[in-house]
Amino acid sequence: MEFKRVEITPEAEKLLQELKQQHGEVIFHQSGGCCDGSSPMLLPKEDFYIDENDILMGEVGGVKFYMSHDQFEYWKHTHLTVDIIKGRGGSFSLDIPTGYRFIIKSRMLTDEENKTLNP
Amino acid sequence: MSYSAPKFKEKYGNFINGKFQDPIDGEYFENHSPVNNKLLAKYPRSNEKDVKSAIEAANNAKHEWGNTSAAERAAILHKIADVIQDNLETFAQMETADNGKSIRETMNADVPLAVDHFRYFASAIRAEEGSATELNENTLSLIINEPLGVVAQIIPWNFPLLMLAWKVAPALASGNCVVLKPAEQTPASATFLAEKIADLLPPGVFNVIHGFGPEAGKPLASSPNVDKVAFTGETTTGQLIMQYASKNLHPVTMELGGKSPNVFFNSIMDHDDAFLDKCIEGAVLFAFNQGEVCTAPSRILIQEDIYDEFIKRVIERTNAIKMGNPFEESTMMGAQASSDQHQKILEYIKIGKDEGAEVLAGGDSAKLDGDLANGFYIQPTILKGHNKMRVFQEEIFGPVVAVCTFKDEAEAIEIANDTMYGLGAGVWTRDAHQLYQIPRAIKAGRVWVNCYHDYPAHAPFGGYKKSGFGRENHLMMLNHYRQSKNMLISYDKNKLGFF
Repeated sequence: MEFKRVEITPEAEKLLQELKQQHGEVIFHQSGGCCDGSSPMLLPKEDFYIDENDILMGEVGGVKFYMSHDQFEYWKHTHLTVDIIKGRGGSFSLDIPTGYRFIIKSRMLTDEENKTLNP
Repeated sequence: MSYSAPKFKEKYGNFINGKFQDPIDGEYFENHSPVNNKLLAKYPRSNEKDVKSAIEAANNAKHEWGNTSAAERAAILHKIADVIQDNLETFAQMETADNGKSIRETMNADVPLAVDHFRYFASAIRAEEGSATELNENTLSLIINEPLGVVAQIIPWNFPLLMLAWKVAPALASGNCVVLKPAEQTPASATFLAEKIADLLPPGVFNVIHGFGPEAGKPLASSPNVDKVAFTGETTTGQLIMQYASKNLHPVTMELGGKSPNVFFNSIMDHDDAFLDKCIEGAVLFAFNQGEVCTAPSRILIQEDIYDEFIKRVIERTNAIKMGNPFEESTMMGAQASSDQHQKILEYIKIGKDEGAEVLAGGDSAKLDGDLANGFYIQPTILKGHNKMRVFQEEIFGPVVAVCTFKDEAEAIEIANDTMYGLGAGVWTRDAHQLYQIPRAIKAGRVWVNCYHDYPAHAPFGGYKKSGFGRENHLMMLNHYRQSKNMLISYDKNKLGFF
């Protein structure tokens, strides 16, 4: 069985597809730090420099989801679901003008998931 | 005593070139209060056209403003401070309506500190000077401080007016023109300030652009026609802004948050006195400003032999925090700034529980009555666990603190430094050696020793590691907004003799 580190709710996927239509190729990057941090940021693909310091967590709705490797160390035992909530976040994320905000819901990986994903 | 939200107009404009202007494409966004989720006012949903016009205005004004005397600029900054002081109550009510924080904080901290920051920099530029050094009998080196020109500033929503003061006061003091983008959640106080000081500054020196990050923030941060970008916010946007700056080879200052350790050594319990009482309050300061502070002491480290006794008193004090209408003077903790912030905090409390953290206090949203039922409130929450848990490593930006214990000094330092961030830290002890040695060993830009959450204008503030770089406050801030012009002058009549 194939396990995933990150998934997306149907509501979030709908918004994601709309934003893809509008902005072309995009990526998610999980942000840390203050204010609107600790949230997934949706950015135009060419805008954000990705290198070996970013971990590819998986793909949701055809969009790659990245996180910086030092953050990943503390997140790797958790499963993430991208969801949306009505609200007004800050940041340069493309969802901001829509009045909805992508948020992360987390749960612990099961033992089986953990064995496969973090061998 | 009870206060209320001030009267807002239906909508406001951008402040460009000394006057309020409608957004070029005519679009606005609605700003709601987190106190009760009611509409406060509408603000421009600006795009690159509005931003361009503000940057142009600033560039047109920079030559004249950059050549004003320090005395003139100081006099204007003092007048701005007077305006804020004279309208203290209105500003405080505006901040509470816009951000949700309690009125006792806005009246006693946010607004008075903003006043003081303008006064501090007004005074600093009169007292400091460049330098003249005689390098040898015929050669003189003059260092003259020159403004950068136009500075783009993007500020957060947690202390709207104070963060404005931190960035705008030193930038104007050192002779720059400013294009400021307030956070879209808290546009009110910057707008009100612009209205009140419009006649004090020449047109174009101070500009305020409203709107969303990807539409207004991005063109501002990536413009080749600004000379510096100063940003406070989260890490991904910080990284983006640095990328834009790398294209333009522009300097940037970044303040990106933290996960600050607050370390309590066993000597604090040697006596049950005023100092111990201060230590207990020091631990509970995680709830200050609803925890929406980049330096929030969000990890409490307690020496294991005093843990039981000390945490008992911290829990008691936490449970005594009075939540309620932020406009009531007796309310200690108000609303979180937005619905998404509220939800994010609840998600963190959940993942903390899932990871096995023990809930010692709070642990849920707070349900308030009547009009406040639609606001965004969270109980002050204490989670006990270990430093590898996500709630110990990620900035929750809410009234949630993660507690763990340590054996000795070495372990305290190890846990304190086991984080991506390095903005603030607290050290509490009666031991004279620890008072100096522990703060030196902690990798953070500001270590409070036997105190916390004090932000005087005269002390430099900024981060190590992923908390950013550059400093705010203090005289040294002026040089973050200046060039050093060196004039190297020869008084020797004789040639070098090479050619």
